Amino acid sequence: MSFHQHVLSNGLTIIGEISPSARSVGVGFFVKTGARDETPAESGVSHFLEHMVFKGTPHRSALQVNYDFDRIGASYNAFTSEENTVFYAAILPEYLPQAVDILADILRPSLRGDDFDMEKKVIIEEIGMYDDQPMWCAYDNAKKAFFADHPLGNSILGTAASITSLTREQMQTYYDRRYVAPNITVAVAGNFAWPDAIKLIEKQCAHWPTGQAPRQNIRPAQARAHMQVMTKEKLNQEQVFMLSPAPAANSPQRYASDTLAMILGDDSGSRLYWALVDPGLADSADMSFHDYEGTGSYFTSFSCEPENTQDNLAIIQEILREVQREGVSEEELAVAKRKILSRVVRGSERPMNRMQALGMGWTYLHCYRSVDEELKNFDAVRLQDIRKVLDEYPFDPLTILALGPLPKLD
Amino acid sequence: MTLLLERMDHVRSAAVNFLVPAGCVYDPPERLGLVSILSDMITRGAGDRDSRALTMAMDSLGLDHSESVGQLHLRFWGSTLARSIPAALEVYADILRRPHYPAEEIDAVKALALQDLQALEDEPRAKVMVELRRRFWPMPLGQDRRGTAESIERITVGDIRAFHQKRFSPQGIILSVAGNIDWLPLREQVGKLFGDWSGAKVEPVVNKPPVFGNVHLCKDTTQTQIAIAYSSVPFGDPDYYAALGAVQVLSGGMGARLFTEVREKRGLCYSVGASYQTFKQVAGVLCYAGTTTERAQETLDVTVGELQGLINGVTEEEVQRVRAGLKSSVIMQEESTSSRAGALASDYYYLGRVRPVEEIQAAIDALSPESVLTHVKKHPPRDFTIVTLGKESLKMPPS
Repeated sequence: MSFHQHVLSNGLTIIGEISPSARSVGVGFFVKTGARDETPAESGVSHFLEHMVFKGTPHRSALQVNYDFDRIGASYNAFTSEENTVFYAAILPEYLPQAVDILADILRPSLRGDDFDMEKKVIIEEIGMYDDQPMWCAYDNAKKAFFADHPLGNSILGTAASITSLTREQMQTYYDRRYVAPNITVAVAGNFAWPDAIKLIEKQCAHWPTGQAPRQNIRPAQARAHMQVMTKEKLNQEQVFMLSPAPAANSPQRYASDTLAMILGDDSGSRLYWALVDPGLADSADMSFHDYEGTGSYFTSFSCEPENTQDNLAIIQEILREVQREGVSEEELAVAKRKILSRVVRGSERPMNRMQALGMGWTYLHCYRSVDEELKNFDAVRLQDIRKVLDEYPFDPLTILALGPLPKLD
Repeated sequence: MTLLLERMDHVRSAAVNFLVPAGCVYDPPERLGLVSILSDMITRGAGDRDSRALTMAMDSLGLDHSESVGQLHLRFWGSTLARSIPAALEVYADILRRPHYPAEEIDAVKALALQDLQALEDEPRAKVMVELRRRFWPMPLGQDRRGTAESIERITVGDIRAFHQKRFSPQGIILSVAGNIDWLPLREQVGKLFGDWSGAKVEPVVNKPPVFGNVHLCKDTTQTQIAIAYSSVPFGDPDYYAALGAVQVLSGGMGARLFTEVREKRGLCYSVGASYQTFKQVAGVLCYAGTTTERAQETLDVTVGELQGLINGVTEEEVQRVRAGLKSSVIMQEESTSSRAGALASDYYYLGRVRPVEEIQAAIDALSPESVLTHVKKHPPRDFTIVTLGKESLKMPPS
């Protein structure tokens, strides 16, 4: 695999990783904007805008956008997170020109009033769908409780009320402010020729406006001791989330954190698995490491029968206290590395995955990490690195949120 | 036992896939949920290793794995670096042939099975599809793997061991491997691990017509779930590709009919779609839409309208888009060892052979508006099975 990089005169960055044996190519436009960049009046605009990007341009109606993608057999989609909005497609190599043509075109959307009003209904439906998913509700509320007035606590979807009152003009203003060339990275991975890719992208994007899209409030999240119980009597299972601070996306400690989260909370063979799932006390229990710009967070979660919640909470807290005191073992570290090696190698075999890693890596680090470098970084994690990250990012205090039939928790 | 290998030079990983003909249709009627419980118990110790040692062995090999219960098959899937596959196969031989099924762990596994059942009530979309399948497919194909609280309660380790004794036999097992693996050493190793295993042939399932009709399940949710099914032709039928093409016209990409009419033009749903599902003798098209309660009637009417509208024909542009999408999927599948291992086993189970890529491509290229319409006229979308879940019931469309 070979890596290339080029910056257009308007500040748009193009990065590429060529893999001649791949059967496809993945291309993604990474816009460095998300829920955290919204004012309260704009709540949900990044995500709504992501939808509107597919609803047409001066050259294409919404239907033509979909038809054009389908005509080249593209697998395509987009997502909005707290910090990024990403538009991407995987296609057979011969369709790269068309895919770039469509993606670059839709990134300058018309935001037509009729489409805006219609798509608003779809967003309301999406909010309704997540409303009926207890794990999602618990996750979203736990994040809000943990981040509090930190902008990472902003809701990605917004609310039915905030979306209903959002105007097309507000969206246009947000778009003009955030979708400027220096704030966008185009990542290409798989079977393609670099000079061709540059030519295609430059042709479509060279005229995009330049400008600055600074981000406010980049700061670490504060640990908060906080317990919140949301009671929904009709649910059967109780969902619980426990959050605490962790390293940021550009921290060299993120490898140690990721590894620690795996040892504590992977689906298979982790401490949480053995303590809660194996004996049937919880039907799921896991921990993951989420990193952002300027901060990070550990998300520990479990679901169980309501009457076991209090005991399970105590079990997890004891596990966290124990690891805080004693760290992890050499054997746990060695096994975690084998799992990571396997997952990273397998993930790297699909251009779509490499494209996502490329784009995210560039957005947060402004550097390229090859698969082998990533593996080396994980392999370099030592017990003392885990000890250090435990000391700097302890699992105490915790922000705890429970959602389910329980009226209260201690 | 059949061994299949697709060697893939361009990857470092490999995937293995055991299809064991011991799916949940074989749950004894008084012990519904047994196979699901067995699928958890089977990895709690095998051969010389207890539960912890077995998990440690798989984790140390970087083997991501799952044991999943389908209607006809219990599927053991695993994927890791190609060089770890021989050691992984040793572990699988222990799991399939020498599981411990530790009695002291049955209560824990039953507790998990009960929670799985309870959690289903909290997931309205999953729930509505379970209820659709119960009503649409002939029994026992429509049975849910989770069983009932009462049947789970009754299951003992003795039941599980008896089931294993009766049903786990090399006859009918398909082991498919895809990745950077050489054939001769693989064949030799699999021969050593499984060659001396004997067992009875699995008796075929006898299907009975479905008994339940349409239903509305009352639940206080924000959205109403709508699930619809109608018959199609099974994989292996000469009409299979045309049937697949018709479903792709409905739901293949975002330019397809359901997405366009229900979501894009009317904003009725976030999630709407249709998928083709097959068994050896029967097949169907299963559709889903989730929509706020006030708009549910319109969503149902528009969706059914689109299904019925296929009879009026499909355009050349639509079929061209379908061909492009199917062709892309086939080629991109070659990047994934797991996808290829799954496809090998599926082909072999249904057809007794593995279709060459050229054959699939040619069949896709042969799709035309005429071939799709001919199929739709022979098997028009009608006699719908409809299940809804939400605050209010809906008026059903005329048949």
